[in-house]
Amino acid sequence: MADVKKMATREGYGKGLVELGKLHDNVVVLDADLAGSTKTGMFAKAYPDRHFNCGIAEGNMMSVAAGLAAAGMVPFASSFAMFASGRAYEQIRNSVGYPALNVKIGASHGGMSVGEDGASHQCCEDFALMRSIPGMTVICPADGVEAEAATKAAYAHEGPVYLRMGRLAVPVFHEEGFEFVIGKGEIMRDGSDIAIIANGLMVYEAMKACETLEEQGIHPMLINMATVKPLDEELVLEAAKKCGKIITCEEHSVIGGLGEAVCSFLSETCPTPVRRIGVNDQFGQSGPAAQVLAHYGLCAENIVSVTKEFLGK
Amino acid sequence: MTPNEKKQLQTVACKVRQGIVESTYCAKCGHPGGSLSAADMFTYLYFKELNVDPRNPKWEDRDRFVLSKGHTAPGLYAALAHRGFFPVEDLKQLRKLGHYLQGHPNMNSVPGVDMSTGSLGQGISAACGMALAAKTQGKTNRVYTLLGDGEIQEGQVWEACMFAAHYHLDNLVVIVDNNGLQIDGEVAKVMSPYPIVDKLEAFGFHVKSIDGHDFDQIEAALNEAKTVKGQPSAIVMKTVKGKDVSFMENQAGWHGVAPNKEQYEQAMAELNAKLAELEGN
Repeated sequence: MADVKKMATREGYGKGLVELGKLHDNVVVLDADLAGSTKTGMFAKAYPDRHFNCGIAEGNMMSVAAGLAAAGMVPFASSFAMFASGRAYEQIRNSVGYPALNVKIGASHGGMSVGEDGASHQCCEDFALMRSIPGMTVICPADGVEAEAATKAAYAHEGPVYLRMGRLAVPVFHEEGFEFVIGKGEIMRDGSDIAIIANGLMVYEAMKACETLEEQGIHPMLINMATVKPLDEELVLEAAKKCGKIITCEEHSVIGGLGEAVCSFLSETCPTPVRRIGVNDQFGQSGPAAQVLAHYGLCAENIVSVTKEFLGK
Repeated sequence: MTPNEKKQLQTVACKVRQGIVESTYCAKCGHPGGSLSAADMFTYLYFKELNVDPRNPKWEDRDRFVLSKGHTAPGLYAALAHRGFFPVEDLKQLRKLGHYLQGHPNMNSVPGVDMSTGSLGQGISAACGMALAAKTQGKTNRVYTLLGDGEIQEGQVWEACMFAAHYHLDNLVVIVDNNGLQIDGEVAKVMSPYPIVDKLEAFGFHVKSIDGHDFDQIEAALNEAKTVKGQPSAIVMKTVKGKDVSFMENQAGWHGVAPNKEQYEQAMAELNAKLAELEGN
């Protein structure tokens, strides 16, 4: 696994937008002065007449997107996760969510892996905010290929979608041409000792952790749960029944994210012991991304140690 | 506009005002003050200006109206009902559980409502999106949005104004209902938005100041807006909050309170007298 190709999920988003722009006249892209960073600049280059910079005004951008959707366009509104989901939360809730408008929110720079910019930009609350909006689909792809496929799936889906991408280049493990199905988890590895359910860059960390665990005689099941909402309940239930213990891994607060979604579902259907790996109700800090991730336990090493402790090994 | 045409509009406006009084009375809540101040504009828009079809409310090429000051839904609903989008009788069901006439405009439940609004400052942005969509699609339909003078305290309004001018949305008309009052009192005292005209001009709008209860001035301003190219238009209309219900006029207290039975009867009597006067002329 050492020399894998790396690509940031935001890059996959940019590629997906360009593909969609080629196929569909009704695709328009909005950005809030971050086109270079969110990678919507790729779309702007290909389709300058359908890319609209809104300036540093995310609230207005989200409501403009709602108006575009109400008039038949399919807008992708982009910013950093912090400002897309945080600053513009109420615009998304009232202008997009409540009328169920066909707006796609492309949020890059999610999570701790923003790194050096520090806590003001390390958004670890976006799943929680977006999950709480009725009818919102929430997706966090794990690599560039999946991000591109998820972007296309978001277009094909009628209704609001929140796509969470990262800044950091991460290993690509999906094959080109991978097709993304909203609401379907992906079994990355079969096993029966424990089920690890991860998304975003934590999937690759979990893949590495699984290799280490296998070497030590532990056989984990690994699921890439890119869609946080709607949760693939069928697969979660299957994993719970098969393994009896679950670990969730996400680059997000343990409050309101994937882990909590899994716990909420299981507590009412099939009570199962769960350990949540995520950000433990705290703000991040500056530092190189890999160091920051390791500091907050968002790494393969921590998944290995939590798994062994959980299994009493 | 011919005298007869004007009288017809005044008659409809009077009925729209009755709809506002009736619906808020039946709901025992709602926002009559700002609905009444904008009643003449609602009437002109739906009976003279907007290219819409009550039999086909979702017609793609229609003009759009976004009620950015969404709490004045009773005014919008009354105009839509009288224009034939749904039965006037239904106005009595405003804000009732399970009914389609939601407290604030809902584009998915109310025929003729183009955008769900209620959270101040967002409607104008959505209107910008609709105007931008028309331009991108090469369509000639126009977009209108109505804001309160208290609403323009929201920062998002000015983000939207910047956007409208930046993208040369000359198919957009932003109307500000300057009745001078908001819930907590005079807008000038709560948080002054003045000078409104100068601000809008500085943001790149072609601005007209009018009397919002004078149909000739409303017509002239909206017609002028159609001749403006390359920049958005704004109409700042001076109005009376609670207009044509004597005890509600210029009273901030009537922003979000419904009339009781006695007040309802008096308001309806005053409006009936006005109707009789119009019909007598």
